[in-house]
Amino acid sequence: MEGFMAVVVGIFFTVAIYLMLSQYIIRILLGVAILGNAVNMLLFVAGRVTREAPPIIGKGADMLPATAANPLPQALILTAIVISFSFFAFLLVLAYRAYQTLKTDDTHQMRLAEPEDAPPPPLGY
Amino acid sequence: MAASSIPLEALEKSMVLAPVPAEHWLVIAPPVWCMLVGAILIMVRKRMGLQSWLSIPALGGLVLIDAALLAVVIREGPITMVMGRWLPPFGIAFTVDLTGALFNLACGIAALAGGIAALGDIDRTRRTYGFFPFLFLMVGGVSGAFLTGDIFNLYVWFEVLLISSFGLLILGSEREQLDGATKYAILNLIGTTLFLIAVGILYAVFGTLNMADIAAKAPTLGHDAPMMTLSLVFIAAFMMKAAAFPVNFWLPASYHTPRIVVAGLFAGLLTKVGVYALIRVMVMMFPEEGNAYSIVIGVVAVLTMLTGSLGAIAQSDIRRMLGYMVITGIGIILSGVALGAQTAISGALFYSLHSMIVMLALYLMAGIAGRMGGSFSLHELSGLYAKSPLFAALTLALFFSVSGLPPFSGFWPKAMLVKAAFDFGAWWQGAAILVSGLLTTIAATRAFALGWWRMPASGAVVPARMTAAELIPLAGLTLLSVGVGIYPEPLLALAQTAASGLLEPVAYLHSVFPSGVPTP
Amino acid sequence: MAKIQSEQSARPGPRRGMDTLIFRTMAPYLTALMVLFSVFVLLRGHNEPGGGFIGGLIAASAFAILGISNGVSAVRRALWFDPITIAAAGLALAALAGVLSLFADVPFMTALWAFPNIFGTEVALSTPMMFDIGVYLVVTGAITAIALALEEREDD
Repeated sequence: MEGFMAVVVGIFFTVAIYLMLSQYIIRILLGVAILGNAVNMLLFVAGRVTREAPPIIGKGADMLPATAANPLPQALILTAIVISFSFFAFLLVLAYRAYQTLKTDDTHQMRLAEPEDAPPPPLGY
Repeated sequence: MAASSIPLEALEKSMVLAPVPAEHWLVIAPPVWCMLVGAILIMVRKRMGLQSWLSIPALGGLVLIDAALLAVVIREGPITMVMGRWLPPFGIAFTVDLTGALFNLACGIAALAGGIAALGDIDRTRRTYGFFPFLFLMVGGVSGAFLTGDIFNLYVWFEVLLISSFGLLILGSEREQLDGATKYAILNLIGTTLFLIAVGILYAVFGTLNMADIAAKAPTLGHDAPMMTLSLVFIAAFMMKAAAFPVNFWLPASYHTPRIVVAGLFAGLLTKVGVYALIRVMVMMFPEEGNAYSIVIGVVAVLTMLTGSLGAIAQSDIRRMLGYMVITGIGIILSGVALGAQTAISGALFYSLHSMIVMLALYLMAGIAGRMGGSFSLHELSGLYAKSPLFAALTLALFFSVSGLPPFSGFWPKAMLVKAAFDFGAWWQGAAILVSGLLTTIAATRAFALGWWRMPASGAVVPARMTAAELIPLAGLTLLSVGVGIYPEPLLALAQTAASGLLEPVAYLHSVFPSGVPTP
Repeated sequence: MAKIQSEQSARPGPRRGMDTLIFRTMAPYLTALMVLFSVFVLLRGHNEPGGGFIGGLIAASAFAILGISNGVSAVRRALWFDPITIAAAGLALAALAGVLSLFADVPFMTALWAFPNIFGTEVALSTPMMFDIGVYLVVTGAITAIALALEEREDD
């Protein structure tokens, strides 16, 4: 199971990196979203994939049964999902604002902060 | 607590049962204080007068808390507080050692200076967008990162400071800002995602996320574990955060676009978080792999220094020049990490603290120069010395300090690093530090000659004064730099103790696991 | 993208959300129902699946639906407080839930319980629940703010 999941994670990373190499912000953002999901799956596999009891302490018991799944990766993934989700939402708003203001989502044309024709500093008085 | 059938002896192994000493609360106090104040400030964000009145005393309180924490750590050594009673490695632990406490105090001082400067720099309409709330959330994230003892928690604090830095970066939503912010946001998000990938691999290898637990278990793993891969992912992630050479394009693209106080705080604090994390992971947790990669880190350090200082020479906008100087400083710190010995690490720590204070001061200086001279470009800026000699004196002190000339705070750590480099046969690193220092001196003194000494073409100079909100933080930070430069022994001793604590983390481990590291 | 935008702004008349009568009529009831459900999910979360985060997402999507149907300003009126203020209140509540353990001599964020007897029923109150309510408010406020920012067009 881990081997299969590792291949899936690899495919996700491939897609994400391919998209992030694009020069258009919207594709980069899609790549970032997929990258976040790839990492979540990686965390999930990192905790070893077991398919036994859910990690919930039953009524009357004091501790988890020995067959319970590892709850820690689930907590990590939940945190990572929350964070990547809110970042993605923020980046969407930011990219949309930038698109409205700069009239482009092509990174080659987004040179306002670093103009290409900036003169070198003066050589003397 | 609900009644339980678990015997007390078993419970003792997993939970804190003794009452917690009050001073241990200082470990958690800085981030919690920042979060609480930040939340309150967001609620009252429409009322500007109230915001300033709340923020500055709250920042002063933060500095006091940080100083008290440092005092406790100097007296008692590393201290640990666990979240929700769960003992490590089960629960999340906040562990602060001397390194964390020193970085944390420098961060608090920088935040206070930045807050005071913001009163003057950021006009009322811009502050309504939420400068102070975001400042508190960001400082909370930075101090959380310095104080935590759990690697996943470190990732969470990275994200907290990152998202609040996005908010600060786009205060005002100008065209350049949106351009710079987009690049900054995407590249930093990729950097932290790399960090998360590394954490995932680390968890797969170790099965624990507590830093002390990892540091104790790393030597016992043997050579089957993919430690070199894991370390390389960590190095790549933190180098991206710290703006080291091949992955530093986001910094010069964005750091000159926000408000000048914001840029100064970013330059002082954010890259140093990346450096801190690199030191924590590669020096304390994985020393063996850190040594194995020392050549890689050293080459990156040299390239970072040289590209930074050459870039600084090529810029005619003083804000962009300062952005490249930040990169030079990162290269010098990384060189200390690459050398790895106790003197080199203490030099790197000392230089980080110096850089947090001086880079913020330099950006504040640039803001004042821009206001007085009406431009940030060296083509147009002129006559500032004639306008305000006091300002020119402070500027010159800061320029000398960032170039590493005595008697300012930049000199001592550079001297330590150069000496360490020649002692350990890495003469090329020592030479690179000296050459980059020379190049930085050229860039800084040229800026001074053009902007400060040169008389304006018209010949007429109107004297200008600094406002209190400009003078107090700038003069305070400069005096701090001069004071540390003239009397460096206390900080030097602290940095050396901190470096020994990182290289031999016995006290750190003991603070997390008083009865010995648990074996699975 | 630019083309879509110009089509939208070329539409005649003031436009607030989707122009379906059925949707506009039903959306407020749907929103009320979803907010109620989100509170249920929040309170269920201590011992069973649910909790503050998922509850907050449900509440935020409820407000997003109201924004689509009746316009962003209707949501702002209905919420009374600014969404960001709600998120900040949640952050403060969550942080306070951790600080309360200072007064019980236990480490930060240790769960504290109280079982008051209200009208003959034992009600379990605890700091984890307070924390969860804080998370609920943070998520509701922050996601609603982002959703409203995306729904808000310049003509609104």
